[in-house]
Amino acid sequence: MRNIWTIASREYKHYFISPIAYVVAFMFLATVGIIFALTILNANQSALYYPSAPDASSVTGPMAFLLLLASPALTMRLLADEQRMGTMELLLTAPLRDWELVLGKWLGAFLFIASLAGASLIFPLILNFLIDPGIDKGILFAGYLGVLLVAASMLGLGVGISAMFSNQVAAFFVSLVIFVVMWWLIGVPASLLPNGGEVFRYLDMASHFYETMIRGVITLADIVYYLSLTALGLFTGTIAVEIRRWR
Amino acid sequence: MIRVEGLTKDYGSRRAINALTFEAQQGEVLGFLGPNGAGKTTTMRILTGYMPATSGTATVAGYDVMDESLEVRRRVGYLPETVPLYTDMTVFDYLKFMANLRHLPDPDDRVDETLELVGLLDRAEGYIGKLSKGMRQRVGLAQALLHRPEVLILDEPTIGLDPGQVVEVRNLIRDVGRERTVLLSTHILSEAQQICDRVLIINKGEIVAEDTPGNLQLGLEGAARLLLRIKGDTAPLLEKLGKLDGIQSAKPGAALGEIELQLATKEEMRPEIARAVVSGGFDLLELRQVGMSLEDIFLQLTRDNSANGKSKE
Repeated sequence: MRNIWTIASREYKHYFISPIAYVVAFMFLATVGIIFALTILNANQSALYYPSAPDASSVTGPMAFLLLLASPALTMRLLADEQRMGTMELLLTAPLRDWELVLGKWLGAFLFIASLAGASLIFPLILNFLIDPGIDKGILFAGYLGVLLVAASMLGLGVGISAMFSNQVAAFFVSLVIFVVMWWLIGVPASLLPNGGEVFRYLDMASHFYETMIRGVITLADIVYYLSLTALGLFTGTIAVEIRRWR
Repeated sequence: MIRVEGLTKDYGSRRAINALTFEAQQGEVLGFLGPNGAGKTTTMRILTGYMPATSGTATVAGYDVMDESLEVRRRVGYLPETVPLYTDMTVFDYLKFMANLRHLPDPDDRVDETLELVGLLDRAEGYIGKLSKGMRQRVGLAQALLHRPEVLILDEPTIGLDPGQVVEVRNLIRDVGRERTVLLSTHILSEAQQICDRVLIINKGEIVAEDTPGNLQLGLEGAARLLLRIKGDTAPLLEKLGKLDGIQSAKPGAALGEIELQLATKEEMRPEIARAVVSGGFDLLELRQVGMSLEDIFLQLTRDNSANGKSKE
């Protein structure tokens, strides 16, 4: 446990001296902020025709989508760079289990995303002041839980992929392609196949968030889905690190 | 402290080390000598738990490097050849990170003590990326010494240092080696001669010689060689000495008045030769035994022809 924390806190601190992390943080918060502002303006204008108040989904929706880009940018260097710089030799000869290393790396990235999500809470807070009875706390909670689960799974897969490369850019693009496939493209065979599309539908990363949690529905199936993906990524990463030892 | 038996490592079809067997005791500085690509780094990487061996066993401080890797890693300090460091961290932060990974109590104090030991206390707050090669080497050494390991494994610890730093680091290693076991690799022979209690010469993944630097010099020569210097012409003396029992050959040396003698035995013949020279009416200026330098031994052992290369001590 202590080892995981040592690795995670170093990674977390490293994000605050890394330009990429600042770019990610800026992109993340600025985009969410702009979309949020537009939603409110739009709601004001169209209130006559569609009398429904905006809720936290106007923040959590874009956030989940932005993770698609943010996660690969945050995970790409985690293990790939250790390999490139040779510091992997240091970590692998320290009294530290391989899975502790991988889990620690993931935790560092997750805490950074969680901090960004924490900072974005300012938008629902503003919304809460603007709307008379206040916003729906259930939608807020479920939405943020969903964002954290999506982040956990994407970062998990990202760490796993980073462990396979010694080039950050390669790790970034491979992660991005996998997320694009699992987020968008996987819906295509699901809609084309009359039967047997169930598997694809289940694997669709976006639907587990956009069909349930963003609306305030929390189901065990969705939680299990995201946690399984996280575990799969971390397991792959550990195996990849172990394979490196054998080469 | 270190016990290696039949250690073999294959990279694909290439055999990096072949059935290495050796030991290192506590308080011993064991030198690992060999040309580039001889398998020094591979052996060290196996001993530090970085990579598994293909076959054979190795124990460090009583623990098996494969089955009890974590126990081994707790007791070993390792300085890899490339001295990998986080260039975007300060010296202090980096060492504290490593101290935390090793669960050291009072990491701050321990880091300060170690920095003092390697003479880097004034650079503690500097970024590693801004340090010179020699300074980085010392940071790497500090990292290896941080937990006061029972076994210290150093892969070419003095490479890239300036002469002054080389002396400092060598002294440091010798100090550390008094109570601990040190395994260091080098291809600088004079370094091995200076700091190692015992030397292991390795070539193409096999041990070709293993002894103290002194014994290596004596043992490989077989019979002794002498250098004799007199005043005046050497020709009449050459003739006289050639007839003496126990002298295989006598030929003129490189400089004027010098004679090189190759003896047929290992026995001490200097008194006898001295008497022969003086009784012949020659003025004896010098008579000494010439040893092979470690350089000669090294070249002889690692030369490609396998007839010499396989001769074991």
